[in-house]
Amino acid sequence: MTTTDTTLTDRPVDNGVNSGALVDAREALSNAPEAAEFTWRASCSWVHGTYSRSTVEGFSGLGQDHLHKSTFTFDADHPECFASEDRGATPVELVLAALGSCLTGGLASVAQHRGIQLRSVTATIEGSMNVLGMLGADPDIRNGFNDITVRFAIDADASDDDIRALVAQSQKRSAVFDIVTNPSNVTVEVV
Amino acid sequence: MDTTTVVIGAGHAGLAMSRRLTERSIDHVVLERGEVANSWRTERWDSLRLLTPNWQSRLPGMGYSGDDPDGYMRMPEVIDFIAGYACAIAAPVQTGTTVTRVTRTATGYEVTTDRGIWSCATVVVASGGSNVADVPAVAAGVPTSVTMHTPMTYRSPDQLDQRGVLVVGASATGVQLADEIRRSGRAVTIAVGEHVRLPRLYRGRDIFWWMDAEGIFDERYDEVDDLVRARHLPSPQLIGTSQRRSIDLNGLAAAGIQIVGRLGRISDGVAQFSGSLANLCTLADLKMNRLLTRLDDWATETHLDVERPYRPEPTSVPSRPILDMDLRKRDVGTVIWATGYRPDHSWLDVPVFDHKGRIRHDGGVVRDAPGMYLLGANVLRRRRSSYIHGAEQDTAELGAHLHRYLDSRARSPRPHLARPSVSA
Repeated sequence: MTTTDTTLTDRPVDNGVNSGALVDAREALSNAPEAAEFTWRASCSWVHGTYSRSTVEGFSGLGQDHLHKSTFTFDADHPECFASEDRGATPVELVLAALGSCLTGGLASVAQHRGIQLRSVTATIEGSMNVLGMLGADPDIRNGFNDITVRFAIDADASDDDIRALVAQSQKRSAVFDIVTNPSNVTVEVV
Repeated sequence: MDTTTVVIGAGHAGLAMSRRLTERSIDHVVLERGEVANSWRTERWDSLRLLTPNWQSRLPGMGYSGDDPDGYMRMPEVIDFIAGYACAIAAPVQTGTTVTRVTRTATGYEVTTDRGIWSCATVVVASGGSNVADVPAVAAGVPTSVTMHTPMTYRSPDQLDQRGVLVVGASATGVQLADEIRRSGRAVTIAVGEHVRLPRLYRGRDIFWWMDAEGIFDERYDEVDDLVRARHLPSPQLIGTSQRRSIDLNGLAAAGIQIVGRLGRISDGVAQFSGSLANLCTLADLKMNRLLTRLDDWATETHLDVERPYRPEPTSVPSRPILDMDLRKRDVGTVIWATGYRPDHSWLDVPVFDHKGRIRHDGGVVRDAPGMYLLGANVLRRRRSSYIHGAEQDTAELGAHLHRYLDSRARSPRPHLARPSVSA
């Protein structure tokens, strides 16, 4: 146990995060790097038009397969101004939601570890895009977001600098932040 | 050939240990592949000066005696300092001797060199922490029209053609090289990942004076919050100059250097940079200011008579740093990989490594190899260990540990199995 844990027991900070377990997991996985290899999965089925449904059931890690406690589904579609039926969020909005939840969850974990009690956290995420790229109308315009902005409104028992440090650290440790800011190799096959 | 201790490497750390062993009358030899201070002679760029001020350059029994305590040594001075030390302590150095293999034996270790084999009870690995420039795999994507350098092959801008230069990495090395190459008139881009920002002077005194006086350099490896992080922290953005000036991204940008995010990959000659630049700059500013606040608090507590506190300007990040750069279209002629260094322990044939090939050790006491010691690694025993003057204390303590090990071994009926219970 580190001194940080002692500090935590001294302070009744509870963000609902078991940060002791996370610290232990980090230690354990550092010594067993194979167990740290995870594979995350989703499947996506076309329903009709631009409407599709993605399902998330299980993943692999710690040397075995795991099932989520229940199966989660995510509906995606395009809005009516794109001549679609708007039966779900657009896929790009799901990306924004993923970024927001990754940063927010990470922020809560960092806050717990640093002994900072959160009262409320709201992230507003915006991505700007010129759809001429996606529509294939202008080859000089990219398909994806030009800029993404995340605005955090945070009420917590901490100084402004400590809150800014929380937000910075949550970006540093965020998987989705990394995924959207850095290139990844994507392989798409037909089976 | 037999001796009690073989010290591998006649740099500042190996020589400091030699002095400690001599003090304790422990028979030893210092093996050196080249000359004393070899890597300072052969693996540094021309303009490099130490990051630490002269007064901080001290080794066991020898301090700085020149007339410029606040200056920063150039390489010839560093070489003179270390070579002078080797003479002063009459270190038993065998130069021109390359260690090719170290193995465990029933009674200790066998050190094979290109000039014979040594048997010994104890080994001190002082071959340095920066033997190899760490070049990331993305380097494979650099077009053949571009010349690549590492800080070990780079000497000065004169070596480069007139085309643009991409410097990858913004630690002390990266910012110094970007600055120097820009001053030579070339177009320079610097790719910035996680970095440590520090002002050279704060409230009129060298930042290393503050860190020394406040006790930051004394923080022990078993006390720091996150040892893995502390040991892998990039070197701070500092430069030693006669003006004692600071070097930071604001200054580089003002000099016309293009600041971009961390290099992600290079495909079809196009380098892609991370969109995380703003956050990494925020983190570096926050951490610098946290350090300065700690120094301010200490200055207040100790009633230090220094200038009033202030904060350096926040890092000004371009609102939309470029995310990709076509190296051919942008006429980039050189990529410099200032992406860190790693030690070369390929000759060490004893199972002491972790899964990343790093020697497992407790403050320099190598785990799983009784009688083997490591020196000269980042935050080996305390934060000071990363700098030349860290060897003073590290070798005092590890020298004592080694001595106790030899004593306990002499008392044990099965010497090769002895594991002294003395902690690091």
